[in-house]
Amino acid sequence: MTPPDVYGLMAEFEDPNTLVAATHRAYAEGYRRMDAYSPYPIEDLHEALGVHHSRLPLIVLLGGLVGCFGGYGLEYWVSAIAYPVNVGGKPFHSWPAFIPVTFECTILAAAISAVLGMLALNGLPTPYHPVFNVPRFALASRNRFFLVIEAKDGKFDLEGTRRFLETLSPREVTTVAD
Amino acid sequence: MAEMDDPNVAMTASGTPAVIAPGYTFGSVTDKISSIVLARKTPIGWWIGFLIAFALTNLLFGTIAYLVVKGVGIWGVNIPVGWGFAIVNFVWWIGIGHAGTLISAILLLLKQTWRTSINRFAEAMTLFAVACAALFPLLHTGRPWLAAYWLFPYPNTMGVWPQFRSPLIWDVFAVSTYATVSFLFWFVGLIPDLATLRDRSQSKVGQVIYGMLAMGWRGSARHWHRYETAYLLLAGLATPLVVSVHTVVSFDFAIAILPGWHTTIFPPYFVAGAIYSGFAMVLTLAIPIRAVYGLEDFITLRHLQNMAKVMLATGLVVAYGYLTEAFIAWYSADKFEMFVPFNRVTGPYWYSYYALIFCNILMAQTLWFKKVRSTPIVLFVVAFIINCGMWLERFVIVVTSLHRDFLTSSWGMYKPTFWDWSTFVGTIGLFLALFFLFLRLLPMISIFEMRTILPQAKVSEE
Repeated sequence: MTPPDVYGLMAEFEDPNTLVAATHRAYAEGYRRMDAYSPYPIEDLHEALGVHHSRLPLIVLLGGLVGCFGGYGLEYWVSAIAYPVNVGGKPFHSWPAFIPVTFECTILAAAISAVLGMLALNGLPTPYHPVFNVPRFALASRNRFFLVIEAKDGKFDLEGTRRFLETLSPREVTTVAD
Repeated sequence: MAEMDDPNVAMTASGTPAVIAPGYTFGSVTDKISSIVLARKTPIGWWIGFLIAFALTNLLFGTIAYLVVKGVGIWGVNIPVGWGFAIVNFVWWIGIGHAGTLISAILLLLKQTWRTSINRFAEAMTLFAVACAALFPLLHTGRPWLAAYWLFPYPNTMGVWPQFRSPLIWDVFAVSTYATVSFLFWFVGLIPDLATLRDRSQSKVGQVIYGMLAMGWRGSARHWHRYETAYLLLAGLATPLVVSVHTVVSFDFAIAILPGWHTTIFPPYFVAGAIYSGFAMVLTLAIPIRAVYGLEDFITLRHLQNMAKVMLATGLVVAYGYLTEAFIAWYSADKFEMFVPFNRVTGPYWYSYYALIFCNILMAQTLWFKKVRSTPIVLFVVAFIINCGMWLERFVIVVTSLHRDFLTSSWGMYKPTFWDWSTFVGTIGLFLALFFLFLRLLPMISIFEMRTILPQAKVSEE
C-alpha cells in the first residue's frame, strides 16, 4: 500500500531523449497522473503526456474582442454621448478617428489575457509544490530532466512503479514526500 | 530547416560565425549567465558606470523639480517652435525601443535563432527607452499632475473627457499599450530564468526575491506547453503593435497641416527609422557589454553582422524616405511645401540637415563592407553616429518645419537652453542607470532559450 505522505515517485534523467522515451513508455504503461519537468521547452513532450489542446488561444481571442468593443464603445460614449464637442464640424461619431485607439485597446486586452490566462491555467503563482521537496529537483532549472508519477494515479504502486521507473534508465528514482 | 537551425552546421557550410560557440552544455550555459547576477562581488567598473549614470539621473530629477516650480518656460520652446527638444527626445527614445520588440517578437515568429542571445537585453532596452520617452510629453504638458485627466479617460469631478479625434490621445494609448505589452513580454520571458536564479542563489534574500518573482515555476511540460503558446501569441500581438506605435507617433505630425509634416510617407518612414535607431542602440549597448562581461561566445560576430545588415536595410528605407519627402515637396507644386526642403538645406538650421545626411545616410553605406560589419569597434562607432543621426532627424522634422511656416511674420528661431540639454542628458542617465541595475540583478541573456539552441537540446525521432 502507498503511505499517505507520498506524493509520487520521481525519476531523474540526464538528457532530453531519455525523458521523452520514458514519458512515452509510462503513458503506454497506462499511467496518466504524471508530469515531466525540463529546463527548457521540449517540443511535443506534452503530447507524450497526453495533453493536446490548450484553451489559451480562446481566452486571448475573447480578451481581444472585449478590448476591441470596449475601446470603441468608450470612444463612442465619450465623444457622442457624455462629452460631445464640435471640432471643425466633424460628426460626433467620427469612426475613422476612433480606429487607432480601438486597435491599441484590442492588443492591450489580448496581451493581458494571454499572460493572466497562461498563469491561471498553469495554476501559478504556486509557491509550494511537493516536487520541491526533492533537493535534486533544483537541477530541473539547470540541466536535468525529471518524470514524476503521482501516487493518485490509479495504477500507482510504490514498489511496482519504482521497479517500472528503474527500467527506463534513470539516474536515480526518488520518493517525493507530500 | 533542421540544418539551418544548427549553428555548427551553419558555420562549416557557409563560413558564417555560429550563434553560440561550440562546446557548451546546459549546465555551463546556465552557470555562465547566472554567475554574472549571482556573483557576490560587484565589479568596480559596474560601480563607476552606475554612479555616473545615477549622477545624471539626479540631474534629471533636479531639472524636473525646477520645471515643475517654474514651468516649461525654462526650456527654449516658444511660438512658433512649441515642440522643441521635448518632442524630439520623445520620438527618439520611443524609436529606440522598437528594435527590442522587433528582435523579441518579429524574429521569434520568423524563427531566427540568432535573436536568442540578444532578445532579453534588447527588451530591457525597450522598457527603459519607453520610460524615458513617456516622461517628455508628460513634462511638456507643463502641469504633469493635471495630465491624468487630459490624457486618460476616467470619470473626473469636472466631467471632462479626452478628445479622441486627436492623434495626441492616440499616442497616449499607443505608448501606454506598448509599455505594458513590452513589460509583459519581458516578464513572461524572465519567469523560467527567475526560477533558475531561485534554485541557484546562495543567499536567503536572493532565494526569496527570485522565488517570489518566479511564482513557483517548476518547468512542467504542461506549463511549458501553455507558456510557449502564450509567448507566441504575445509575439503575434506585439508585431502589429510595434508597427502601430511609431505610425501613431508619426500621425502626431502627419495629421497636422504644417508643410513638412503633412505627408503620407511618414508612417512607413518613421517605422523604418525607429528600427534603424533601435538596432543602432542595441549595437551601442551590446558591443561594450559582450567585451566587458566576456560574452563573445554567446553574442557572437554573427549577431553583430546580422544587426548591421538590418541597420543597412532600414537605413536605405530611411534614405528613400528623405528622397520621397523632397520629391513630393517639389511634385506638389505647392510653394509652401517646396520651401521646406529648400529651407532645410539653406536656412538657418542648414548644419543640422547636412549632419543628418552624413550620420544617417553616408555612415550607413560603410555597412556594405563585410570588414566593417565584423569589426566590433568600428561597428560601435558607426552605430553611435547613427544614434546621433536619428536624433538629428527628429530635430530637423520638429524644428525646421515649425520655425518657418506660412506667414513670414510668424517666423522665429528656436534655441535650446541649458535645461533642454539637462533634461535630455538626464534621461540618458536614467536609461543607463536602469540598464546597469538590470545587468546586475537579472540575467541579461535568456538562459532557457540559450539551452534550446544547443545541439544536444534536440530530441531525436526514433
